[in-house]
Amino acid sequence: MASLEIRAARRHFVTPEGGRVAALDGIDLTVGANEFVTLLGPSGCGKTTLLRAISGFEALDSGSIRLDGTDLAALPPFKRPVNTVFQSYALFSHMSVARNVGYALEVRGVDRKAREAAVESALAKVGLTGMGGRRPNQLSGGQRQRVALARSIVAEPRLLLLDEPLSALDRNLRQQMQIELKTLQSRLGIAFVFVTHDQEEALTMSDRIVVMRAGRIEQIGTPREIYRHPRTRFVAEFIGETNLFHATVDRIEGAQALARTAQGVEMLLPATGLRRGQAVTAVLRPADFSLADQGIAGRVTRAVYLGSDLQLYVQPDAGGEEIRVTARDGANAPATGAAVHLSYAPEAAHVLEAA
Amino acid sequence: MCWRLRKLMTRQNLVLTTLLAPVTLFLGVFFLLPLVIIGLFSILSPGLYGGVEWSFYHWNYGRIFGWADGIDEIFEPIYLQILLRSLGFAAMTVVLSLLLCYPVAFWVSRLSPKTRLFFLFLVTLPFFSSLVVRLYAWLLILKPSGLLNSALMGIGVISQPLEILYTPAAVVLGMVYIMVPFMFLPLYSAVDNLDRALIEASMDLGANRIQTFFKVILPQTLPGIMGGAVIVFIPSVGNFIVPDLLGGARGLMIGNLVEQQFLSARNWPFGAALSMIIMSVVLLVLLSSLGRAKKAGV
Ligand SMILES: Nc1ncnc2c1ncn2[C@@H]1O[C@H](COP(=O)(O)OP(=O)(O)OP(=O)(O)O)[C@@H](O)[C@H]1O
Ligand SMILES: [Mg+2]
Repeated sequence: MASLEIRAARRHFVTPEGGRVAALDGIDLTVGANEFVTLLGPSGCGKTTLLRAISGFEALDSGSIRLDGTDLAALPPFKRPVNTVFQSYALFSHMSVARNVGYALEVRGVDRKAREAAVESALAKVGLTGMGGRRPNQLSGGQRQRVALARSIVAEPRLLLLDEPLSALDRNLRQQMQIELKTLQSRLGIAFVFVTHDQEEALTMSDRIVVMRAGRIEQIGTPREIYRHPRTRFVAEFIGETNLFHATVDRIEGAQALARTAQGVEMLLPATGLRRGQAVTAVLRPADFSLADQGIAGRVTRAVYLGSDLQLYVQPDAGGEEIRVTARDGANAPATGAAVHLSYAPEAAHVLEAA
Repeated sequence: MCWRLRKLMTRQNLVLTTLLAPVTLFLGVFFLLPLVIIGLFSILSPGLYGGVEWSFYHWNYGRIFGWADGIDEIFEPIYLQILLRSLGFAAMTVVLSLLLCYPVAFWVSRLSPKTRLFFLFLVTLPFFSSLVVRLYAWLLILKPSGLLNSALMGIGVISQPLEILYTPAAVVLGMVYIMVPFMFLPLYSAVDNLDRALIEASMDLGANRIQTFFKVILPQTLPGIMGGAVIVFIPSVGNFIVPDLLGGARGLMIGNLVEQQFLSARNWPFGAALSMIIMSVVLLVLLSSLGRAKKAGV
C-alpha cells in the first residue's frame, strides 16, 4: 500500500547573485503507509525543500506529489493531512504547553472535552504527562522537542515530516529520542519522513534511507543495503568510513576475481558481473579487515584510541592510499610503526556499480 | 571570608550609589519636584494676577467635577465633557494610527534590506522639521480654499468645499499625522522579530490565514501594539497644539484648557488641578488596559 508518491519533482531557486540552483532535480520517491524513511545528504542538497514541497510551503516547478492517491498540488498547507516537526520547534510562546499541543484540534473546532482528552493522551505518548500547564519557555530543550512532537501528532496526520528534529539536542538525549521516535512511529502506524545529515542516526532509525546529492536521489535502500552495497562512490563515502580501492580485474576463478591496484596490491573480489580487464572500484569498511599472518602487507602510521576499539591507519608497502582498519584494543594490539598484514573475506568486498 | 565578602559588597554598593547619585538627583529635581509643585498648587487658591495664594482651596477639583466655583451649586460638567472628548480623540488617534501602521509594518518587513532602511529613514523624516510648521501645512491643505478641496472640486467629486478644518476630524487627523512614527517604530520592531516559522507551524497544523492571524500573529505582536498604543495615547490626551491650530471650538481639548489657565486666565491652581486629573486618568486607563492585556496572556 503506497502512501506518498512523488514523481519527477523539480524545483529551482534563483540566488541573490542571479544564479540558478536546482534544489529538486527530478525526485522520484514512494513512501509506504507505515514506513520510516530518512532523507540523508550534505547541506544544501534539497532535503528541506523536499519536505516543504510535501507540506505545501514550496510549490513544485513540475512533477507531482500524491498522498493516498490524492494530488496535493491544489491543497494549501493547512488542508494537507501532513504535519511537520520543525527544527527550531516553532512552539507558540504565548500559549501553554497544553494549548500548543491542542492547537491543531482547536483550529478544527473540536470541542473542549475531546480536545483535552486528546492533549492528555498526546502528552502521555511523549512522556510529558502533567506538564500541560507550563509555558514553552519553562521547559528544557528535550521537553520542547517532545511538545513539538506531541503537537504534530495530535490531529493524527497520515504523514509526519521531521526536519532535523534532534540536531539541537546533546548526544545522550539524541540517542534516547531516536529510540523513542522509532517506537512512537511504529505505535502510531503512520509514515515518517525524517531529515538528518547524521548518517549514524539515519542507519539506526530508518526502514529505508534516501541518499540525496545536489537535488537528485543518489540511492534508495535499507540501511544495510546502503551501508553494504553503496551504488556510487558518493554514497560509499557519505555513509560510514570507507576504504576505496581502484583496481583492474586480472583473472576470474569461479566465484572470485583477482584484481590488482595500480600499485600492485593484489585483491580478491566477488566475481559476480565482473569481466577480465575491467576497471573496478571496491569498497571495504574498516571493520572488514583483520590482522593476520598474510594478506596486504603494510606499516601502521597512526593508531587512534576509540574506547574498546583502535582505529589503525595502515600504509601498504606497495604504495597507494592509507587503509583504515578497526582492531580490538588489547595487550597485543599493534603500535605505531609495527609491520602488519591485513586480510579480509572476499565476500565482504563490494564493487561499485558506478565510479 | 564572609567578612571580606561583606566589605566588598558594601564597597560595591558605595560605588553604585556614587554612580547613580547624579541621575537620581537629576530625576528628583527635574521630574519629581515639578510634579510635587503642581500637586501642591492644585489645592491652593489662585492669586489675583497669576501665581498662588498660600491658603488651602478645594474648589479647583470641585469645578472640574461640575460644581462651578461652588457658588451657585449648578451642576455643569463642561470640564468632564472636555476631558472625555480628549480621551475619545486620543483613543481614536491610537486606533487609526494602529490600523494605518500595522499592515505597513508587515509590508516594510518584507522589503529588501536597503529599501527597508530607506523607508525607516522616511518615517523619521518629519522629526527634522518643526511641528508647528508641519501643522500649518495641514491648515493650508484642509482649509475651504485649500489643496484638498480644490483638488476634489477640480476632479468633480464635490461641488461645495468640505468643512474639515476646525472640526474634531481635523484634530484627529492632525494627531494621527504627528503620532504615526511613534506607532510605527515599536510595531515594526515587533513584526520584524516575529518568527516566520510560527506562522508556518500554525498553517501546518491546519489553521487558515485568518485563524493564524488572530491566534498567532496578533498575540505575538501584541507587545509592540501595546507599546505603540501607550506611546501614542499619553501625549495625545494632553495635546494642545493640534486642537489649537486645526480644532476650533468643537475640537477643544483638555490640554487647551490647561494652557489657557496658565497663560491667559492666570488661574494656576485650576490649571494644576486639571493637569493632575489628566495624569491620574491616563494612569488609570493604562493600568487597566495593561492588566487586561496581561490576563489575555501576553
Ligand atoms: N528560498 C530560497 N531562495 C534561494 N535559494 C534557496 C531557497 N531555499 C533553498 N535554496 C537553495 O536550495 C538548495 C537546497 O536547499 P535546502 O534548504 O533544501 O537544503 P538542505 O538539504 O535542507 O540543507 P541543510 O542540510 O543545510 O538544511 C540550496 O542550495 C539552497 O541554497
Ligand atoms: Mg535543511
